[in-house]
Amino acid sequence: MIHNKDTILDLAAQQKRIDGRALEEYRQPIKIETGISWTAEGSARVQIGDTVVMAGVKLSQDKPYNDTPDEGGIMVNAELLPLSSPEYESGPPGPKAIELARVVDRGIREAKAIDLKKLKKLCLTPEKAWFVIIDIITINDAGNLFDVAGLAALAALRSARFPTVNLETGAIDYKHKTSTPLPLLKEPLPVTVYVLNDALLVDPNADEESAYDARLTVASDADGTISALQKGGEFPLSIEQISAILDLALEKGSFLRKELNKAVP
Amino acid sequence: MSTIVKEKDIVIPGDVLAEGMDYLPGDNTYRRGEKIYAKVLGLVSLPGRVIKITPLSGPYVPKVGDKIIGRVTDIAFSGWRVDLETAYQAMLNVKDATSRYIKKEEDLSKIINIDEYIIAQIINVTSQNLIDLSLREPGLQKISGGRIIKINSQKVPRVIGKQGSMITLIKEKTGCEITVGQNGLVWLRGSSDGELLAEQAIKRIEQKSHQDGLTEKMQRYLEGHTQ
Repeated sequence: MIHNKDTILDLAAQQKRIDGRALEEYRQPIKIETGISWTAEGSARVQIGDTVVMAGVKLSQDKPYNDTPDEGGIMVNAELLPLSSPEYESGPPGPKAIELARVVDRGIREAKAIDLKKLKKLCLTPEKAWFVIIDIITINDAGNLFDVAGLAALAALRSARFPTVNLETGAIDYKHKTSTPLPLLKEPLPVTVYVLNDALLVDPNADEESAYDARLTVASDADGTISALQKGGEFPLSIEQISAILDLALEKGSFLRKELNKAVP
Repeated sequence: MSTIVKEKDIVIPGDVLAEGMDYLPGDNTYRRGEKIYAKVLGLVSLPGRVIKITPLSGPYVPKVGDKIIGRVTDIAFSGWRVDLETAYQAMLNVKDATSRYIKKEEDLSKIINIDEYIIAQIINVTSQNLIDLSLREPGLQKISGGRIIKINSQKVPRVIGKQGSMITLIKEKTGCEITVGQNGLVWLRGSSDGELLAEQAIKRIEQKSHQDGLTEKMQRYLEGHTQ
């Protein structure tokens, strides 16, 4: 891994970036593909610049949790594959993988993006409910995994269709999908703003990501409602910085949403 | 009794390059029976009766005399361990680091610290592929400022060009100091716009390295961007 940390920080002070982009510019190409796996109920492969993430949605029927007997559930798992970066090793998920899964999970959960009560109603077996399992795997980590993973998760959720269920036996036939989509109420997208030498920037590449002072991930809906935040990095953020970050994150959120709408109508 | 491939053909491992005994297997090829096969992905070159392949990709294999760029990863008792982005360990000994006398109790991290980059020369490669480095030549030094980029080490000759024509062109047009390490690490230092243009130019050469007349193309590219 090559670090040009000092150069990146010097450039940030002059409002410049090492790859010549503007501070609030995402990398190109932005590619969003859905339906990449026929075994999953919904799937997506998202590329921003050199960063590539795949997400899959599986639907299963299970007993609801005891405290929410009339609701289904969501589970998000993230795996940082060793092939995606020289820094990742195989084995149990580390702090970075857990944070990635939690940030994506919180965005979807706290926005009440999926109608959990409907997951119960749509399930015809009385004692069970549908559970949505989102799996995120990184194919290449060239920076900004949060935004790419969040976009992939939402694209996969949008493309997911319920499998057919045998009405007599209650058995699920995963090989044949119905045309029923998931009950999505909101569509939160995370945007991470990085603070580097007092400059605010989005979509860092791998070198920039190793040089940041602080970051704030903001998940927002189509109407600009903020559903989740996650702060990272060692440096504190001032109130003025946070409001500037929120403005930038909302603007970039609607930019990513447009890209998503173009790819997954 | 003849060659099957032409000059500059792209071949993949296992491709038959020639049949019969008229040709000799050169670099990155081998003979089995009557046929000569390719060992790597690359471009064929046919100087006379020897078939050679110029590889398009592959790892860097250290050679004595190579000028390389590496990152210091550890400070040992009598020197620095250096990462050259190869599979092999490299070591810079105190006695090869500077010409001045270094006292026994001196703090080596004051001279070169961990995570700093150096331009060094390979002075020895043991049979175990352990590499010894030296800084005691003109131009060899600790790197400060600028940026470091990585390219495929097999493309280094193209970035430098014939008698350094390509690298001189980039230096002239961008106003950057450029040092190309044989291991594929390149150090650029200049104005921020110049560094960026030089980086893009070098990445472009890496991508288009198999094309003819690359120096002229790069000249036009750089002139188009410096207007």
